[in-house]
Amino acid sequence: MSMSIVHRITGAALYFGMLIPALWLLALAVGPAWFQPVQELFGSWLGRLILIGYTWALMHHMLGGIRHLIWDMGYGLTLEAADALAWATLIGSIVLTAALWLGAYALGVL
Amino acid sequence: MAMRTPLRRVRGLGSAHEGTDHFWMQRLTSVAAVPLTIVVVGVVLAAAGADFAAARALIGSPVVAIVLLLTVAVYVLHMHIGMQEIIIDYVHAPAAKIASLMLNTAFAAVVGLACVFAILKLAFGS
Repeated sequence: MSMSIVHRITGAALYFGMLIPALWLLALAVGPAWFQPVQELFGSWLGRLILIGYTWALMHHMLGGIRHLIWDMGYGLTLEAADALAWATLIGSIVLTAALWLGAYALGVL
Repeated sequence: MAMRTPLRRVRGLGSAHEGTDHFWMQRLTSVAAVPLTIVVVGVVLAAAGADFAAARALIGSPVVAIVLLLTVAVYVLHMHIGMQEIIIDYVHAPAAKIASLMLNTAFAAVVGLACVFAILKLAFGS
């Protein structure tokens, strides 16, 4: 049940969080005058925290969305299936977020 | 015969008989967003690991730019409808509701346009 409101909350967070990729793209396009401060912002511990949160919100909303699409097709509507899908959404979002960020560090991207 | 008083009918209350297009648009953008998100995450990782010039070249390259533009369009449409639903669910005072709905459209348009501008600048300009 709480998964549905979390789906809405992550959606709202991603809505405002859309400013993050917009800022990054603009910084890339405009040049070093914008890119330097943006890089520092994203590289700070607070910036990193926000980016990790944004990643998790994206993953959770994506998996939750897939869950809703499965329901739209008429599958997974029993209590047990819905429960399993909810857990899969939560665990999957954490695993994907960790994989993406640890992978980025491991590949030397960050 | 509809069970509506004349006043209700004049005020347009009752079932809206519309909303299917929003339902469909959300489903369409959701389905499109899944593969696009996966690709964009890959692009962002590649760009983050590259130096400034290489990142600009990557985002500005034709295929990447087209995919990014598609993603921006899909995200903006999806988030606009999503936030509209949130507003309609929770904001009922008429002035606040109208203002919020307008701000929603304004925000979506500005953020979307900013992204499109940046991508096009990288693709075509310097």
